[in-house]
Amino acid sequence: MRPEAQADAWMRARAAVWSQWIAQAQQPARGLTVEQAQRRVDSYRAIARDLTIARKLAPRSGATAALESLYLSTHSRIDTAAPHSSSSLLRLFRDEIPEVMATLRPTTLWLALLMLVCALAGWWLITTYPDLISLIASPAMIDRVEHGQLWTDNLLSVTPPAVLSLSILSNNILVSISAFCAGVLFGLGAFYIVAFNGLMLGAMFAFTHQHGLDGGLLQFVMAHGPVELSVICIAGAAGVALGESLIRPTLPTRRESFQYAASRIGRVLLACAILLIGCGLIEGFISPDPGIPFISRVIIGLLWWTLMLLFLSGRLFRRAPVS
Amino acid sequence: MDREQVRIAGLTGVEITLEVAGVGSRSFAFIIDWHIRVLAALAWFLMAALFAQGMQLKPATLGQIMGVPALAIYFLYHPILEMFTAGTPGKRMAGVRIVTRQGGTPSIGALLVRNLFRLIDSFPVFYLVGLLFCLFSEQRVRVGDMAAGTVLVLSDTERERSLRTLGAQLANTGLAPNVIELVNDLVQRWPWLDARARDDIARLVLVHVDASLSTETLVAMNDLELRRRLGALRAA
Repeated sequence: MRPEAQADAWMRARAAVWSQWIAQAQQPARGLTVEQAQRRVDSYRAIARDLTIARKLAPRSGATAALESLYLSTHSRIDTAAPHSSSSLLRLFRDEIPEVMATLRPTTLWLALLMLVCALAGWWLITTYPDLISLIASPAMIDRVEHGQLWTDNLLSVTPPAVLSLSILSNNILVSISAFCAGVLFGLGAFYIVAFNGLMLGAMFAFTHQHGLDGGLLQFVMAHGPVELSVICIAGAAGVALGESLIRPTLPTRRESFQYAASRIGRVLLACAILLIGCGLIEGFISPDPGIPFISRVIIGLLWWTLMLLFLSGRLFRRAPVS
Repeated sequence: MDREQVRIAGLTGVEITLEVAGVGSRSFAFIIDWHIRVLAALAWFLMAALFAQGMQLKPATLGQIMGVPALAIYFLYHPILEMFTAGTPGKRMAGVRIVTRQGGTPSIGALLVRNLFRLIDSFPVFYLVGLLFCLFSEQRVRVGDMAAGTVLVLSDTERERSLRTLGAQLANTGLAPNVIELVNDLVQRWPWLDARARDDIARLVLVHVDASLSTETLVAMNDLELRRRLGALRAA
């Protein structure tokens, strides 16, 4: 038989089946029964077989192009991530995030130390050269402190707490994302962001101390600060790990190593975002409220920090072992 | 691996190639999307300003009511549309779509990571870092794509059109795929073919397709009638 006649006979024989596959491909993939899903996998194999034959018999035909498109759409439906269920979410918070956090722990501690050293450096710098505060604080902020008022005073009379929370938490999330993404500069970007935040913190405390307002600032940051600063260190550690995947790739290419690290470590950012939402709420509703005593703020700060440790270690989601 | 193609090794071992979207298609998609999100953010800003006109709000509150949602529209446009629809309007208009390096549909996590890295790609202005990466990287990817393991490919409109045509005509005409293709080709080229030659080809096709037509009937048909018969075959 001539090849054209062979192709013709074969396509005639397959026409009905192709029509069925095309109709099947137009149906949504969600809500299929196990049998239907199994049939779809079987038809995927059959499409591949027909595509191979069509490429051989009629390589430039429209039918081959149509089969390629059908194969591609069936492939992308089959080769796709499973939809997120409540159990996968639980697994993420109970197992996956704590596992990544365990690998990030030493770097997080080193970054916390770096932040502390930079905070001390900031304190020393402003105490020794007070004029340098103009590099860190805005003129309005400096003016206010020099007139004996903190920029956080009467915050609630200017902005409603909900709006304040939203604006603070979005700013904090942006800082954390920056610390993570800046890790792409071989980890150095993350170091800079953590160091700069530490420097600013120390400088602001030194500046307020010069005007006798450091107690007020400490009172303001006590409830939300410990978690907020810890989250910046964690996001920075995630960024450093990202940079390390480029410096010392664990997979054959740097690109693959970077992709693996980003997808694995990026999960920690989700936990960071959740913690920062909590910080934003505290900073919007509790921290600016002058009616809340210092001791209550310390307790809230400690409780929130303990909850953060339980959350990041996965203990919050683990069941007690059955005796 | 070819710099401009993504080779998808199917689960069955059959390979398919997709064309990687170049800097031009990417920029075109981005410019359309940028205009849409700027206009949407501005629309919110103006609407909020109009509604707040009569209210006695403090300037800071007013600024935040107008500004925060507008910024949310601007910054969440890409992640939300990419996660919950088939892509952004700009990408659809530019004929590009996001796939994983294996050709599959990217997960929500991958799309989130891809969008987080816009922070780096947009640095310092006008997506300069992203643009440079697209110009010089294999498969024209920006940093976000590298982190998420995604590639922007051209939507294969030619293949998709073939599938649509074949699907519709297989269901409606009951003709074999190669005959459908022949009829389609002939009808498309009809105006440019010599009248006598196209009539002869049309008669050959029709005698092949419709057994009820006798040779005499076909010979008696004029050019217009033959064209109408072929058109009816396609439309069926």
